[in-house]
Amino acid sequence: MTARRICLLSLPLLWTAVFVVVPLLLILKISFAEPLLAQPPFTPLFDNGALLAQTGNYALLMEDGLYARALGNSLLFAGLATLCCLVLGLAIARAVTQAPKAWQPVLLTLIILPFWTSFLIRVYAWIALLKPEGLINAALLGLGVIDAPLVLVNTGFGVVLGMTYSYLPFAILPIYASLAGQSPKLTEAAIDLGATPLQAFWLVTIPLARPGILAAGLMVFIPMAGEFVIPDLLGGSATVMLGQTLWTEFFSNRDWPMASALAVLLTLLLLLPAMALQRLELGKASR
Amino acid sequence: MNTPRMSGLSRLNLAALALGLAFLYLPILLVVVFSFNASKLVTVWGGFSLHWYGVLFSSPAYLEAALHSLQIGAAAATLATLLGTLGALALTRLGRFPGRQVFAGLMLAPMVLPEVILGVATLLLFVSLDIERGLTTVMIAHATFGAAFVLVIVQAKLVSIDPDLEAAARDLGAGPVQAFLLVTVPALLPALVSGWLLAFTLSLDDVVLASFVNGPGATTLPVRVYSAVRLGVSPEINAISTLLIALVSVFVIAASLLYKRTLTARG
Repeated sequence: MTARRICLLSLPLLWTAVFVVVPLLLILKISFAEPLLAQPPFTPLFDNGALLAQTGNYALLMEDGLYARALGNSLLFAGLATLCCLVLGLAIARAVTQAPKAWQPVLLTLIILPFWTSFLIRVYAWIALLKPEGLINAALLGLGVIDAPLVLVNTGFGVVLGMTYSYLPFAILPIYASLAGQSPKLTEAAIDLGATPLQAFWLVTIPLARPGILAAGLMVFIPMAGEFVIPDLLGGSATVMLGQTLWTEFFSNRDWPMASALAVLLTLLLLLPAMALQRLELGKASR
Repeated sequence: MNTPRMSGLSRLNLAALALGLAFLYLPILLVVVFSFNASKLVTVWGGFSLHWYGVLFSSPAYLEAALHSLQIGAAAATLATLLGTLGALALTRLGRFPGRQVFAGLMLAPMVLPEVILGVATLLLFVSLDIERGLTTVMIAHATFGAAFVLVIVQAKLVSIDPDLEAAARDLGAGPVQAFLLVTVPALLPALVSGWLLAFTLSLDDVVLASFVNGPGATTLPVRVYSAVRLGVSPEINAISTLLIALVSVFVIAASLLYKRTLTARG
């Protein structure tokens, strides 16, 4: 048993230690260094045994409004897109549970299928739709609804739409799972007792599906908060999010320590609270 | 009594489904349609043409990037399947060992963490170890990322396989490795195939990790497409997108057929 245990555990354990744990610790370490025009482009943390930790990066994060704005944008756009995903996800997941049993696997497959096509292509598709000479504006102009093209791309609207679109399948699945586990008799009972279908949905179905809805919300919020590709392609200079700031510090400014400090900030301010919330809620659900 | 209420609800549900699916599919469909557009303008239909596919296949930069992506994808998916499966076996078959929760959390971390963080972290590792960046470093990053997804898929399947089956094979004289290969692996096969395909697709799709850890001469297809997309919409990208969608569709359909056959074969 022990030999088997070591055999099974050693490879994934070693791999995870080297390629997940050590790199994350390196981020923490380098966030306390200073950029340097050298290879590697940052100062060492220890010099002859003396600790040379610099907190300059974190001080700058607090002082410079640029980073606070990026954090605010991340929270705002990821929050709005999460809300959109949950509302649309609930409507679609509920519709799937109401469909005939034989149809449900087909419908779920259809919902997941776009997730398999390239993420980049799906975001790209929206550029073609949203840009000033794009299809949406062409259609609206052609129908005479608007006189001048609407500015849809390079806006917060574009970012929220793109993120909602890309992450929607992830929200539908956990919500569907929690709705499918509910007995339809519960809603029927509420309706027999005088509730309208909408009331029954709001007062019975939603509270029971709470763990699934929360799981869906966190599942989409966390990656959205650190999203880079979508705000970069569909947003503009006013919608810069944390992931983009990190990217710019890293690739354009070659300030690796600052990029690392931003990664630490992103983890501390967005990921850990979200995960703590998940834990709390899961604990409640299992009780 | 219930009928009118039900039909009212299902009309609403029907609308939700139709609009939801239209929202998910129409943008992709438009990319495919416009890849066959003769006009250079991406929003004006100028007749059917395969011109842009010709442009694509005569562009060595795209072909080379596609080859890199396929190589990295196949290697990363295989490694991810191995790592994820071993991880899933450790989590389901070893009982409660010390640090089990931490091990599970760390193996799943690449799935949860934003890609920019994983990208910076992995690059810092390679730079600290003074490893030259290239196809291998991208492959390693993709394998780490994919292993988390494989773990979830394989673990879900493993829980439903009775460990007594393997024990029965042992009682009948099979060695531990033989019992595992002849009993558990065939039952796991659909999960292994879906896991491999998912890891392959994720690798074929990734821009962020590859941008951080690739080196000169190791550009992958998404990185190439991404830099082109940043410059604006162009018909070649529609063509390349269509090819990628077709490729992935073939894989997904093959996987689901395979999955169905394994299910029916076992009754």
